[in-house]
Amino acid sequence: MREVKQKDELAPEVKPEILATTSVWQRRHILDLDDFAPAEIELVLETTDAMKEVLSRPIKKVPALRGKTVITLFYESSTRTRSSFELAAKNLSADVISLSAQASSVVKGESLVDTLATLEALGADIVVMRHSHSGAPYITARYMRASMVNAGDGWHAHPTQALLDLYTIREHKGSIRGLKVVIIGDIKHSRVARSNIWGLTAMGAEVSVCCPFTLLPAGLDVVQHHFPKVHIEPEIESALCGADVVMTLRLQQERQQSGLLPSIREYVKLYQLTEARLAKAKADAIVLHPGPVNEDIEISLAVAQGPQSVINEQITNGVAVRMALLYLLAGGSR
Amino acid sequence: MITKPLLIQGGRIIDPSQGIDEIGNLIISEGKILGLGSGQVSLPDSDYDVLNAEGLIVCPGFIDLHCHLRQPGFEEKETISSGSRAAARGGFTTICCMPNTNPPLDSQATIDYVKSVAASEGVVRVLPVGCISRGGKGKELAEMGELAQAGAIAFSDDGQPLRSSRLMRQAMEYSLAFGLPVIDHCEDTALSENGQMNEGIIATRLGLCGIPAAAEESIVARDLALAELTGARLHIAHTTTEGSVELIRRAREKGIRVTAEVTPHHLTLTEEKVLGYDTNAKVSPPLRTKRDIEALIYGLKEGVIDIIATDHAPHTGNDKLSEFALAPFGISGLETALGSLMSLVHAGELTLAMLIAKLTCGPAKIIGTGYGKLGSLEVEAPAEVTIFDPNREWLVDTSDFASKGKNTPLNGEKLKGKVMAAIYQGKLVYKDEGLIIK
Repeated sequence: MREVKQKDELAPEVKPEILATTSVWQRRHILDLDDFAPAEIELVLETTDAMKEVLSRPIKKVPALRGKTVITLFYESSTRTRSSFELAAKNLSADVISLSAQASSVVKGESLVDTLATLEALGADIVVMRHSHSGAPYITARYMRASMVNAGDGWHAHPTQALLDLYTIREHKGSIRGLKVVIIGDIKHSRVARSNIWGLTAMGAEVSVCCPFTLLPAGLDVVQHHFPKVHIEPEIESALCGADVVMTLRLQQERQQSGLLPSIREYVKLYQLTEARLAKAKADAIVLHPGPVNEDIEISLAVAQGPQSVINEQITNGVAVRMALLYLLAGGSR
Repeated sequence: MITKPLLIQGGRIIDPSQGIDEIGNLIISEGKILGLGSGQVSLPDSDYDVLNAEGLIVCPGFIDLHCHLRQPGFEEKETISSGSRAAARGGFTTICCMPNTNPPLDSQATIDYVKSVAASEGVVRVLPVGCISRGGKGKELAEMGELAQAGAIAFSDDGQPLRSSRLMRQAMEYSLAFGLPVIDHCEDTALSENGQMNEGIIATRLGLCGIPAAAEESIVARDLALAELTGARLHIAHTTTEGSVELIRRAREKGIRVTAEVTPHHLTLTEEKVLGYDTNAKVSPPLRTKRDIEALIYGLKEGVIDIIATDHAPHTGNDKLSEFALAPFGISGLETALGSLMSLVHAGELTLAMLIAKLTCGPAKIIGTGYGKLGSLEVEAPAEVTIFDPNREWLVDTSDFASKGKNTPLNGEKLKGKVMAAIYQGKLVYKDEGLIIK
């Protein structure tokens, strides 16, 4: 055992061809995909390939982030994203500290910017933050020397989720260019949808969104240059027609309470991804969901657990993608 | 202290109240306008100072019908002293402060307090606006008669809209006895709830809850209907949308007694300023679109919008250093107003005379004659004069602001057009270092 471990620690961390291309990577923070060039996304996906190889080893640990401190700071509860980041950091041998904070930073005394300054003073190299308010990581990144990774901010962005979705799609489809992707559900309040729209369109996919108009964000129907062009398909069966990739979003019960939906029952009736509806998509279409799934609400149990579902692969790939991102932020081979 | 008479020499005198636009001299003495004109102006016998205004515009002191001075209650954001100095630097010699202080200006005592602090610590004329409702809470009428007697120039619950249509009707009817306008911040809070910025693609991109134009327009429409019903004077604060301009236009055509204002920021900035989550661009009502700006400018030109008012809303740096949704609304606007607005003149959108009218005789007409002849350079009027260089370029540096509120999205930007001096009741209350008086 001892010998194997030695060998693993000395093994090259990632494939040499990746190291050669890290000059594409100039970022200190990962806030959203809205300013990612296709070459950067490609680099992340290729680095993820290398990380998946690491994860396939008997000892899934490399020393790339040894001596670095990664702090996860979550202002909203999360199980999978948080554990995914923490496993990713540990697999890279970082020291990981995990902090939960009061959701409302209106609590006087310590503002968000102060909190981040404290974490920097403690020696954080990378802070992974989830926050219930859109834009929170932008406010803090302005004042930080450490790297900020957005693990989800309000309705705005969830770039690591979008990258793991892109990676999962690429694994199945080879390339993302030209794919027809349908996103079904609460687009208006979804950071997953927004980041995916940026990433997918940057990589050349055609994106349609399907939802009741009360869950559609404003302005998508106007020709403009501030947000990628998407097709609006309020009717689910025509939206699914010929799709290569189907992404369903979690429906929060509070949308009904706030009057955006007459009832969950009607939402299920009109928008649930069922086997019969999925049959309208291409035979080899894959089904994604960012989790956690409300079974038999936005997606039927049969589809969620069916042969076209890649939901569990998304979770596995999430660790590899986050390893790749932490690795790139920490300076690649440096 | 007796100040010497002052000869302001060789400037371009623009006074829309008298239809004057000519190069000439202006003489002030004993706090009053002594004479003006391009020809021979009789000079005072005694010793006098000379201000060389060649290449500069000389006009009546600006009047701001809508600002927040935060005192009493929020002195960390602004005081009557700091706010009035900011006004002077912006060329404003009369400012009207909104009553959403703590305590609010809903009684004779609080109005008296503001007037007395303004008299002792202020450098320009401060005219308070009184509350419509007791405590500004929107439940029952404030003692509007007493407020009028104490010197309130209008009634408003600004900061908050008046949600109850019934109370708005009652306020309008009750105001009829005093002839003062009711000023409403038009916002349907059921439509704007949780809203952070204009509803549209930028809000979608940023994942921020939007405030639709309809949130403003539905209350503008309500208030216009109530103004028609009651015959009262209605003044629409900070108009921001194309639809509001259209509603006000139609109301004026029907003869409804309505006046309206627009702010410099809504005339010159769009919602794109919010990109990057700049909390200094968070303002209520929100910055809108280019199309709205075009409608607002057209509304100014055709007279549907009577005046420009700053809605100067100072906040501390700490207030604005927070998550976008938790930051307060408001832009500190007194000191950048002219520089911002001059961009419209330089772009050929507005004439200088029109711009000056919207800042001088326009608001003076709404305030009325209770404080003498405001917004005019007529002989015998109070000597309140603003002198500015229309072409001088300067960088906005909030650390130079007299206002405690450094919250502007314009910090670091270059503006063309700068106030060089402000004279209030014959006294020089602001002078740029570059201006020479002999």
